[in-house]
Amino acid sequence: MSTPIEIPKWADVSLVPVLAVIVAFLVAGLVVLGIGENPVKATVLLIQGALGSGEGIGYTLYYATNFIFTGLAVAIAFHAGLFNIGGEGQATMGGLGAALICLNLDFLPWYIVLPLAILGAMAMGALWAFIPGYLQVKRGSHVVITTIMFNFLAATLVVYLLVNVIGKPGSMSPETRVFAASAHLPYVHEALAYFGIKIPKSPLNLSFVLALLASAFIWILVWHTKLGYAIRTVGHSPTAATYAGISIGRITLITMAISGALAGMLAVNEILGVQGRLLLEFSSGYGFIGIAVALMGRAHPVGIVLASILFGMLYQGGTELSFEMPRVTRDMIVAISGLVILFAGALDGLIRRPVAGVFARLLKSGA
Amino acid sequence: MPRLTDKVAGQAPAIALTGIDKRFGEVRANRDVNLTVAPSSVHGIVGENGAGKSTLMSILYGFYEADRGTIHIHGREVRIRSPKEAIAVGIGMVHQHFMLVEPLNVIDNVMLGAEGGAILAKGEAQMRAALAQLAETFGLVIDPDAIVGDLPVGLQQRVEILKALVRGADILILDEPTAVLTPDEAEQLFVLLRTLAAQGKTVILITHKLNEIMAVTDHVSVMRRGEMVATLKTAETSPVQLADLMVGRHVLLDVAKGPAKPGPVRLSVEHLVISDTHASLRVKDVSFEIRAGEILGLAGVAGNGQSELLEALAGIITPTLGSIKLDGQDLITLAPTPAERREQGVLHIPEDRQRMGLVPAFSAAESMILGFQSDHEFGTGPLLSTAAIQSHTAKEMDLYDIRPRDAALKTAKFSGGNQQKIVLAREIEHHPKVLLVGQPTRGVDVGAIEFIHKRLIALRDAGIAILLVSVELDEIMSLSDRIIVMCGGVITGERTPETTNDRDLGLLMAGVTERAA
Amino acid sequence: MEIYATLIAILESGLRLCVPLVFACLAGLWSERSGVVDIGLEGKMLVAAFASAAAAEATNSALIGLGAGIIASIGFALIHGFAAISQRGNQIVSGVAINMLAAGLTALVGNAWYAQGGRTPPLEGDARFQPLTWPGAEAIDHIPIIGPIYAHLISGHSALAYCALVATILSAFVLRRTRFGLRIRAVGENPAAVDTAGVSVIRLRYSAVIIAGILCGFAGSYLALGQAAGFLTNMTAGKGFIALAALIFAKWRAWPALWACFLFGLLDAVAIRLQGVIVPGIGQIPVQAIQALPYLMTVILLAGFIGKAIPPKASGIPYVKER
Repeated sequence: MSTPIEIPKWADVSLVPVLAVIVAFLVAGLVVLGIGENPVKATVLLIQGALGSGEGIGYTLYYATNFIFTGLAVAIAFHAGLFNIGGEGQATMGGLGAALICLNLDFLPWYIVLPLAILGAMAMGALWAFIPGYLQVKRGSHVVITTIMFNFLAATLVVYLLVNVIGKPGSMSPETRVFAASAHLPYVHEALAYFGIKIPKSPLNLSFVLALLASAFIWILVWHTKLGYAIRTVGHSPTAATYAGISIGRITLITMAISGALAGMLAVNEILGVQGRLLLEFSSGYGFIGIAVALMGRAHPVGIVLASILFGMLYQGGTELSFEMPRVTRDMIVAISGLVILFAGALDGLIRRPVAGVFARLLKSGA
Repeated sequence: MPRLTDKVAGQAPAIALTGIDKRFGEVRANRDVNLTVAPSSVHGIVGENGAGKSTLMSILYGFYEADRGTIHIHGREVRIRSPKEAIAVGIGMVHQHFMLVEPLNVIDNVMLGAEGGAILAKGEAQMRAALAQLAETFGLVIDPDAIVGDLPVGLQQRVEILKALVRGADILILDEPTAVLTPDEAEQLFVLLRTLAAQGKTVILITHKLNEIMAVTDHVSVMRRGEMVATLKTAETSPVQLADLMVGRHVLLDVAKGPAKPGPVRLSVEHLVISDTHASLRVKDVSFEIRAGEILGLAGVAGNGQSELLEALAGIITPTLGSIKLDGQDLITLAPTPAERREQGVLHIPEDRQRMGLVPAFSAAESMILGFQSDHEFGTGPLLSTAAIQSHTAKEMDLYDIRPRDAALKTAKFSGGNQQKIVLAREIEHHPKVLLVGQPTRGVDVGAIEFIHKRLIALRDAGIAILLVSVELDEIMSLSDRIIVMCGGVITGERTPETTNDRDLGLLMAGVTERAA
Repeated sequence: MEIYATLIAILESGLRLCVPLVFACLAGLWSERSGVVDIGLEGKMLVAAFASAAAAEATNSALIGLGAGIIASIGFALIHGFAAISQRGNQIVSGVAINMLAAGLTALVGNAWYAQGGRTPPLEGDARFQPLTWPGAEAIDHIPIIGPIYAHLISGHSALAYCALVATILSAFVLRRTRFGLRIRAVGENPAAVDTAGVSVIRLRYSAVIIAGILCGFAGSYLALGQAAGFLTNMTAGKGFIALAALIFAKWRAWPALWACFLFGLLDAVAIRLQGVIVPGIGQIPVQAIQALPYLMTVILLAGFIGKAIPPKASGIPYVKER
């Protein structure tokens, strides 16, 4: 048995993930160097692009909104010892849920249609995670594989519906008609303008507030409710859960549903906030990056919000960077996410062991 | 220890271990162990759980390397650093948990690691011939094409023995081989072991069942707390003497305890039958009752059905047959789940606090409410009040002297004794009618042992019915008002502390039911 | 005859489409039979596709391209192996990381090198694996029934397609009939049994992971040098996951893997063929329904509604020596 790696808690939640990200960036820097660009200059451009202007910050937070939702989705499942890699599919279905409400009810005033559309997104996302959970509990098929398959099933289902059923008549591109204005979640610059505050235009919309609320909700749920206690017990020790009279099956179902609902809320940002219609592939990999976010944020809402802002910066800064340095495309961010997942997840021991070694030596010399 | 050379008169010992030492962290699993095993004999090694038998054999089979000491095989000094090297010097091992690949057939399992060439076909033909040969010599008949997972346990064990023999093992170690066997299968195994010895093989039999030692071995070595305390000729010893050596002279723990004042019957268990997930019977028709205000001790060597019995009483597993009644009401139908049992006042201090009784990753306060997380006391509605559980924990920590007094500290950081006190405090303070207690002092320091014992006595005096399951005989003897002993899933006897002694209980634990002197 | 020609065309197309699936599925088979779960098939195929296209473009040699593809894929396989076997990390997490790393790096480097939106320049001639025409294929094409079968189904594929068949035969043979295969089958079920038999669990698992790398190398190279003419961003488009589905469908066995992949390839071919076609009496057949079938069937199979797919017992669990 590999000896448990003992690290002070503060270092475990801050130092280790930060080091993982630094290592990931160093490797990414080598790649940038390899394609003949200056990584330092690239970093400066990236940060300028992300934070150098009000518009840039708006975009950064808009991207961060997506990562908060998908990161929380992965994290809540982690707490129950589940690995939900179906965020993409659940987000896609969330989009469908929101669209179905909007297409049918957007003649209603915003205070009816918007809450319903948000609930629709959550419900469809929840359903798409609940089914794999159900199949694991009742039929023994593992959620990892089932959620992967459900990603593809969601994609094909939505393509079919967009092409054949709910697509805009007469349009060649598979998308729905634009929803009425009542189904649009206001942009932050619109909302603030209402109060007479002027900020630069960006796609940042009120979903960001929802994302922060969701983070607070997950924080309360996980650490301050009886349900959260049960979820964590199942995640840490299924045998102790059984001893304590907690039904592992029931917790699995509930957790998967919450996880899916959170992933489904990605659609609130993208569909209700920005696009105003359902179109293909709006989830564009955010679901997977949620895994990186959750690992880096150590499955804690605060960590997730911070990690999401970092990834938001990467997305926005990366876009700007690709204008200035066309050889460094935004694909860089996908690669960095992969590296973060690797170093903060599967190769976590590579970072922890040296850190633990340093602390052990410090303790020894201190004693 | 005499120096062993190739020129010892007659035959060199098959195995000579000299001064073997092995430490795991703080635990010294083997201390200065010497063992000499004569060739062509069956040599038993007995001892209680944790006496160091398995460690010693793991050293011999190359799983571990000893910190100190030497190994001679047939007079030649060898170093055994891996199972591969053990096989090379002619040692084969039959593990308690079979090392078999269930979806593969017998021939594939036997061949694994000794295939005789890159292509299986050639080696397979040789292997079939070898199996036929072994079937003839030792009566080890088996269908080489049967899928191992489909075979009964006795035949699976035969595959393990064959694996060792086809590799040319002439020393065969069997670790608790009868633990999984039916009496018939065990009988066949003994016949086989005698045959093997008669044909020149050396057999080491690790067991804690004394009747097996008496039935099949030529010599027997006794281990206790990591030390080799004696090696005897089986013909010149008796189960009583072995039990004595195994248990040692325990200092009876001094627990101040007045006479029990048993009240009405609280818990009655009738004809309870429990099978495990493989549908083999773990508890066979067990009946007993516990009265209010008494401690019923349940003694037995680990793995004889006590754990399953405890879990069934706590509602964690469902018995196959029989009834569990609390004050005359059937709990199996009335309160089938652990949560419902708890509501009925059947509380449980589980045997394995790390896996069940606590969540090591939780704070002490969180572990302090495990199983009671839905109580109103700890938060209104769906909410869990950190303040409430912290102050509850602080109170319990004072009451039970749990150190350090830090409710936010991770459970894993507490010592074994303090962890156990967390469980104890939690269960006792929730007003049990019946308290199920499993191994209350395992891995617990001496100070905490005394504390825990006093609490249990106080609880008894307050009229609680207590079932105490322990492998520590002195604990059973000093706490119980009545004692039942389990072996092989059945109750082999009932005693009171006044009418029994360690030796008598040891024999019952070993399945020897006739009363010892 | 019209229908027969269509049938042949669909079968031919199905064969082509199943080739990368077969390689990838066998890759997953080796890895998972040894106890290492591999959801990074997609990523390994993608790096192989890129490396092979880049090398073939530079050297104008399809064979060198294949070699480069295999080496790149082995590199990624070793990252996964290191995480899963040596570091005992979470194998799913590692697989996800491999997929993202591959998707990001190939697109990034492809764009940086060729400045064509992530693709390599189109490859032609010796830089690709050209279809091999078997002797007499053209001559007998016109013979009814047999002719088209010979000319289009047996003849006319690239060398790599025949390699897929060889890989299946070899995998089945090695797993079933050799010492190495026996040990792989055992180590995925009960590594402790292998360990106590004196065989190194770690070495076996690394071997299997490297074999998976080689096979994914073939899969990716076929995509870039056989099926297409060069690398396109994200050109695997989920094939690694279809292969995973096929692996489950085949219950982790080599020949059934071939059939499952052929079935899934055929479904793909049918879907392409039916795009926009109106079938009399039924109307337009929803292509997506056919595309969804592999995933749907896998979910149903995993849930045990028809048969039961049970993975190797030790897959996904790092081996820790006990006792």
